[in-house]
Amino acid sequence: MMLSRVAERIYWAARYLERVENTARLVSVYDNLLFDLPRSVNIGWFNLVIINSGSELFFERYRVQDERNVVKFTLADDTNPSSMLSSLTMLRENIRTARDVLPSEAWELVNELLLFARNNIQQGINRNGRHAFLNGIIEGCQGINGLLLGTVSRDATWHFLRLGCNLERADMTTRLLDAGAAVLQLSDDNDTTNLSQIVWGNVLRSGSAYMAYRRTMRTTVNGSDVAHFLLSDEEFPRSVGYCLDQVRSATAKLPCAGKPYPAIKPQLPKYDIRDSDSLNADFRDYLNDQQLMLAETHNHISSNWFAND
Amino acid sequence: MSIDWKQYDSGGFFDELISSPGNARAPARKLANYLASLEDEELEKRRLMAEATIQEMGVSFTVYTEEGNIDRAWPFDLIPRTISRKQWDKTAAGLKQRLRALNMFINDLYHDQNVINDGIIPRHLIENSANFRPECVGVSPPHGVWAHICGTDLVRDSDGEFYVLEDNLRVPSGVSYMLENRAITKRVLPELFENDNIMPIDDYPARLFDTLAALSPRKVKQPEIVVLTPGIFNSAYFEHAFLAQQMGAELVEGSDLVVNEDDLVFMRTIDGLTRVDVIYRRIDDLFLDPEVFQKDSVLGVPGLMRAWKSGNVALANAPGAGVADDKVIYAYVPQLIKYYLDEEPLLPNVKTYLCENDKDREYVLANLDQLVVKPANESGGYGMLVGPHSTKKDQAKFAELIKGNPRNYIAQPTLALSTAPTLVDNNKLEPRHLDLRPFILQGKDTYVTTGGLTRVAMKKGSLVVNSSQGGGSKDTWIVDTEAK
Repeated sequence: MMLSRVAERIYWAARYLERVENTARLVSVYDNLLFDLPRSVNIGWFNLVIINSGSELFFERYRVQDERNVVKFTLADDTNPSSMLSSLTMLRENIRTARDVLPSEAWELVNELLLFARNNIQQGINRNGRHAFLNGIIEGCQGINGLLLGTVSRDATWHFLRLGCNLERADMTTRLLDAGAAVLQLSDDNDTTNLSQIVWGNVLRSGSAYMAYRRTMRTTVNGSDVAHFLLSDEEFPRSVGYCLDQVRSATAKLPCAGKPYPAIKPQLPKYDIRDSDSLNADFRDYLNDQQLMLAETHNHISSNWFAND
Repeated sequence: MSIDWKQYDSGGFFDELISSPGNARAPARKLANYLASLEDEELEKRRLMAEATIQEMGVSFTVYTEEGNIDRAWPFDLIPRTISRKQWDKTAAGLKQRLRALNMFINDLYHDQNVINDGIIPRHLIENSANFRPECVGVSPPHGVWAHICGTDLVRDSDGEFYVLEDNLRVPSGVSYMLENRAITKRVLPELFENDNIMPIDDYPARLFDTLAALSPRKVKQPEIVVLTPGIFNSAYFEHAFLAQQMGAELVEGSDLVVNEDDLVFMRTIDGLTRVDVIYRRIDDLFLDPEVFQKDSVLGVPGLMRAWKSGNVALANAPGAGVADDKVIYAYVPQLIKYYLDEEPLLPNVKTYLCENDKDREYVLANLDQLVVKPANESGGYGMLVGPHSTKKDQAKFAELIKGNPRNYIAQPTLALSTAPTLVDNNKLEPRHLDLRPFILQGKDTYVTTGGLTRVAMKKGSLVVNSSQGGGSKDTWIVDTEAK
């Protein structure tokens, strides 16, 4: 038995939790990436804003697209609803209003994490303390995830947590791939092999996928294999295919007004990746279609279980 | 430097911990020795630890201000307040007796009104009561009980006796803070729990659950119990969520519930509609059901009164129970105890002047600078005049208010409220005034919390303990000094 309203809040708590971690991860990887890129590559911090579809809002607030502004916008800006701090605040609000079904430690951990983030946010904006700060955030998120994994009964609560987490993850993975493709597309550097290595290596790292990729694919880092891996690997928990499979199995276990309801099967549009040349503008359109499909899945979930009448 | 109890002086007030400079009362002895053994730095460390714990536990309450609602950390004083078990047992018996009589009184008012017909309570008092609900006449809730959860405010006067200051029978709050205060103290001063016989308090949520479950109209093994909250912007939302979680009940808002044409209550769930048996409502009567009370209320549930009257759902507290926490009715409670139970009251009332009685009113108007004047139906410490702390202008304003609506005002002598050592700036201990709110449950059985919520006026000399007005709180220990 679960209230529709509570189901919705749990789902969003999981989405925001995932978003906080992913945002922290993304900034952290960018920090590394930009040190490694050759100077001739004209890619800057602003790409981070583009990945998160935040350009319009960014320009309402800032003129200069420099590191400080981008990082501030991405981590700390409370007028940016997808900034890490905004997501963390929303995570807390959702847990606060679903406290009666989540373990009470989840509430304490999220309070601690928000306090930590607020008290140390300046470290995240300044470069020298950034690594430690972001690590603190990521560890905090993992702590909460670990708590949920170890204590939540595998009932509806768990399934809605899984839905939120996996949809958000899949969405982020498509954005990471898009970021990689964009860098290479926009670069005017001639030595593309070396650049491609750096870029795709960092795409993998932002998804914590580097080790898993090496062990599964048993090949060097190259665009088409990275894309295959992050889109359709069946075992890696952050691949789009794996996440969608989790969405399928979670929805299959949820009731709908007492009647069994056919599981939501997000349909993956087909796109043929043959080699690195396939990761072109069409590929980016394809990733965009995937994001639309994920949004559609969200609407489906919402009308099935959250609609309040 | 550390605490020197010889330097602590309560200034003539009855002090909860210290009987005379340097001498702790029996239940506080171990505590006082322990505190004196702590160096200043250690005490400061514990104080900071308590602060951090409150933030991490997210213990908060909402203050309504003109700039919007502020979620504030719960104000907590590290030094516990102690009461001996022997004295507490006596007090608890008095509280149970009082609530039993009050429930018989409410039930009588909504049925035969013998208490009026027998001339104990004047009829016009009830007819003019803001909290008498004609909609409830003739309804018979289970066990004849209307007020299932009661928060009674007790104060100790200079003679060291507990007096009842008021009964809160509508939607009393504070019990979650009582439980959280203990949780904080256990984390911050764990050593004390090893050596002292401090009685546990944590069975309250289970007792509340049992009380509510016994009200279920359906005799099923697992009745569906919900806590109905006005929502996240309510000052007590923290408590609503806390109690729902502790009881394993659903925390619902009005929009989560629906009443069908058969007068049954359901909640909207991912399985569709699910029947609800018992509602622990934390919404005032007048917002409960827009079909019957305030038409524009969006907090309540249309049809809820129909369902309750048909006996298809239990409401705790029952609508209309507030008729007995009118401060004018309060003055009659000792008589009600004799009338309904044929017993002598175990707990005394504070001397109360009813402004509607000519003689009382004359006395009150002549002594406004010494009395505490309260409106009959306010809570939270609002709309009060504390005579000795008031200006001539305040007194003149209240004189007009009283003359304009005497039925709505009572007055009481300004009590010499007891004090307890409280940490103030620089980790010094100073006496601060306090009260005590135990919670009493009545359904099939009656139950009283072991102790209650101690509220402290944090400002020097102040008598206002309400958290909305700068009050703080303390953990309350019932100590068994005779246990082996």
